[in-house]
Amino acid sequence: MARYVAGRLAGLVVLLLLVCVFTYLIFFKLSPDPALMICGKTCTPDRVAQIRASLGLDKPFLTQLGDYLSGLVVGRDYGSGPNLVRCPAPCLGYSFQSSQSVTQMIVDRLPVSATVAVGAAVLWLIIGIAAGLLSAVKEGSWWDRTAMGLALGGASIPNYVLALTLQYVLVVKLQILPFPSAVPFSEDPLLWFQSYLMPWLVLATGYACLYARLTRANVIDTLAQNFMRTARSKGLSPALTMRRHALRPALTPIVTIFGMDFAALLGGALITETVFGLNGIGKMAADSIAKNDQPVIMAVTLLAAFFVMAGNVVVDLLYTGLDPRVRVS
Amino acid sequence: MSELLVVEDLTVTFPTSRGPVDVVKDVSFAVGRNETVGIVGESGSGKSMTSLAVMGLLPPGATTRGSIRLDGAELLGRPDREMRRVRGEQASMIFQDPLSSLNPYYTVGLQIEEMYRAHRRCSRKEARAVVVEALTQVGIPEPERRAGYYPHQFSGGQRQRVMIAMALVCSPALLIADEPTTALDVTVQAQILGLLAGLQRETGTGMVFVTHDLAVISSIATRVLVMCRGEQVEYGDAEQVFAAPRHDYTRMLLESIPRIDDEVVL
Amino acid sequence: MTTAAPSHEAMADPLAGAGHAPATEGRRIARALLRDRGAVLSTVFLGLVVLMAICAPLISAITGHGPNDFDPAAVDTNLGGLPRGSLGGVSADHLFGVEPQNGRDILARIAYGARVSFLIAISATVLTTLLGVVLGLLAGFYQGWVDQVISRIMDFLMAFPALIFMIAILSSLPTGDRSVLLVTVITVFGWPYLARVVRGQTLTLVNREFVEAARASGASTGAIVFKEILPNLRNSLIVMTTLAVPGYIGTEAGLSFLGVGVTPPTPSWGQMISSAVSWYATDPMYFAVPGLFLFLTVLSLTVLGDRIRAASDAGEAS
Repeated sequence: MARYVAGRLAGLVVLLLLVCVFTYLIFFKLSPDPALMICGKTCTPDRVAQIRASLGLDKPFLTQLGDYLSGLVVGRDYGSGPNLVRCPAPCLGYSFQSSQSVTQMIVDRLPVSATVAVGAAVLWLIIGIAAGLLSAVKEGSWWDRTAMGLALGGASIPNYVLALTLQYVLVVKLQILPFPSAVPFSEDPLLWFQSYLMPWLVLATGYACLYARLTRANVIDTLAQNFMRTARSKGLSPALTMRRHALRPALTPIVTIFGMDFAALLGGALITETVFGLNGIGKMAADSIAKNDQPVIMAVTLLAAFFVMAGNVVVDLLYTGLDPRVRVS
Repeated sequence: MSELLVVEDLTVTFPTSRGPVDVVKDVSFAVGRNETVGIVGESGSGKSMTSLAVMGLLPPGATTRGSIRLDGAELLGRPDREMRRVRGEQASMIFQDPLSSLNPYYTVGLQIEEMYRAHRRCSRKEARAVVVEALTQVGIPEPERRAGYYPHQFSGGQRQRVMIAMALVCSPALLIADEPTTALDVTVQAQILGLLAGLQRETGTGMVFVTHDLAVISSIATRVLVMCRGEQVEYGDAEQVFAAPRHDYTRMLLESIPRIDDEVVL
Repeated sequence: MTTAAPSHEAMADPLAGAGHAPATEGRRIARALLRDRGAVLSTVFLGLVVLMAICAPLISAITGHGPNDFDPAAVDTNLGGLPRGSLGGVSADHLFGVEPQNGRDILARIAYGARVSFLIAISATVLTTLLGVVLGLLAGFYQGWVDQVISRIMDFLMAFPALIFMIAILSSLPTGDRSVLLVTVITVFGWPYLARVVRGQTLTLVNREFVEAARASGASTGAIVFKEILPNLRNSLIVMTTLAVPGYIGTEAGLSFLGVGVTPPTPSWGQMISSAVSWYATDPMYFAVPGLFLFLTVLSLTVLGDRIRAASDAGEAS
């Protein structure tokens, strides 16, 4: 087991390194020169060279990449002499736009993205699984057909269309919710809840519809299994038969999918955060892309890749705990 | 002989898109205590539906007519709540494929234990002791440790032993075995048949043995019911049926099997 | 889980199965779809949208409004350029209203936008399917190191935060032909999802009796792939591609919505919604029209894909 975990973690590091190199290469080769952008309209070649030197852009590609990677692991120093700035590990550099430490920017914004992701996940898990279960148990009923019809519809709404519609109806027309803003919970719990409600609903809708369909299919599949007949032949109560024998096999695969979806969301709900103006990782990504703020783009891409890959490993480990058949010895 | 199970004119009807279809038609047979009765037929002959009807486990939508009496008490028409007390306690069942019939997510110990605790008031500790005893009885080595194993960690024959241990844990009067050896190797098949026969001698359980394999039946059954397309084509003393089949279908079944030695009978 | 297993006819008679079964199978699925109200409605709606896209110049000629023609008379400069009249300027002249400020006809832009959206989504689907089938087949058929290489590339691409990366690449690339760029980027990140399924099914198929029989009888690799394996992948490919088109329409619209997709003045639905964001409170029709078209198109394609899958699953079960 320990060897398996170690192997998976090593794989994670290698993959992350690859993503790092790949991303760096693409931005290094493709992006317009950031020094020119920072310098602005009144620019002299000397000034450009100076900026390039201070950003380390005059060094060869591999040196830059090496600096970046070592900065991630052990931190790095920028500038020299009295202007020396120490950037502690994990160092992701400084924003070209705001000169802020990118690591600090992420730390500041992660709670917003996490709040959005956790709230939405709670909503979609409860709604999706409950609706799917009910549909499976009452297969072919009026409820089943309605719920599955709605699930197809809900999964087809692009989330920005849903976001704008909700905002128009709830904020502009009915005025029952304020315009979302990232208020900390400690400041005003009610406003906090009201602010995050729409982002949660928007994100949860698509996933809830997907999970309802998945749950329904899995439960129907499980109910037809031979071991369900055995459970009934043993004289167990229907409640115990359902709870113990049907739910665990039916819901275990959903854990995998949930882990992946949730991990991807932690890396920022780009569209939802942008539409609602919530200052999380997703909005930071969109802003940095609009301004070609390379260190931030790099960092956001790496962070999202890290979450996805780490989620993958966590899910696999969790799965070996949940399904005895894949347990490694 | 006082009969344990009496089935009279049992008819099972399924609704289909082309109207109701009788999958079992007017079937009658009886099982005595400590007796094994074989039900033989090809797949689709209604033999499995007959045994599921006795357990009250027919798929939803199926309707039944006739009478099924266990120990003199009528089972047909009982609400599911009452049938639950019959299942496992008075009559239990083992199935063809022990791997898919056991839940892969739980240890075999727990799966036996939950059945015992569904019918007997007792602590988990007492139940565990019963589980170990039941596993010992069916010849699982190291039963204390093996109770904590998952179904996929056993071999095919051992899994069927586990199923048997589970079926007999509440000492039911009737055991229905639906093709219990079909999915197994021939040698393992003989071992399981031997185990069933031995346990029956010890406990005096009445047994319904459902199979398509006449050779297996001839070695363990005293009475035989031959079914074809839901209908009972022959019923009577096993030796008589095999020696002098009165129906062409039975003769055909008999001719289609190679004889195997009777050394299986213990 | 029911994965598309080959039909029993194909197993019993490999040569005849490949030739004849698909035709009757296709007819059976078509019959099942005709009996389904949802599938018929979806098909009708999609037919209308495609017709509208094809006839976009004709629509412009009839109404007299091209997709980029300004109509200052239709907007009220005193109200900051809001369309005159109710419902975002819906009138006999402008059936779906006009854009605020410049008065461009929304019907014309929807029609031309449909062309862009469908063209990108369909091209991306064709390319991902081609790549996915070829690489999935290679991995599943040859196994060994070929499989290792292809599978690792797929893992890598699927672990990538595709949306952020697509946006980053698209924003840093020079503004050339955006449609081609969009198709390329979607294809690069899209093919592994299809290839993974094709690989898995090929792996099970190559070990099946009828493929072994064909191999034993001396059939060439090409013959085995085209006559034995591809026909058996047909059903799942149809389902996957039908479900890929709405996915890519959504992706294109999303990228255009975020400002890195199709560049103005070329219209696309996502980009129309994007430019409507600042007007949603005062002129809700501006985002409602493209939003509704996008939603209904994605829904229709999803329903259709779902029903095709149900019909082909039912065929395998029987």
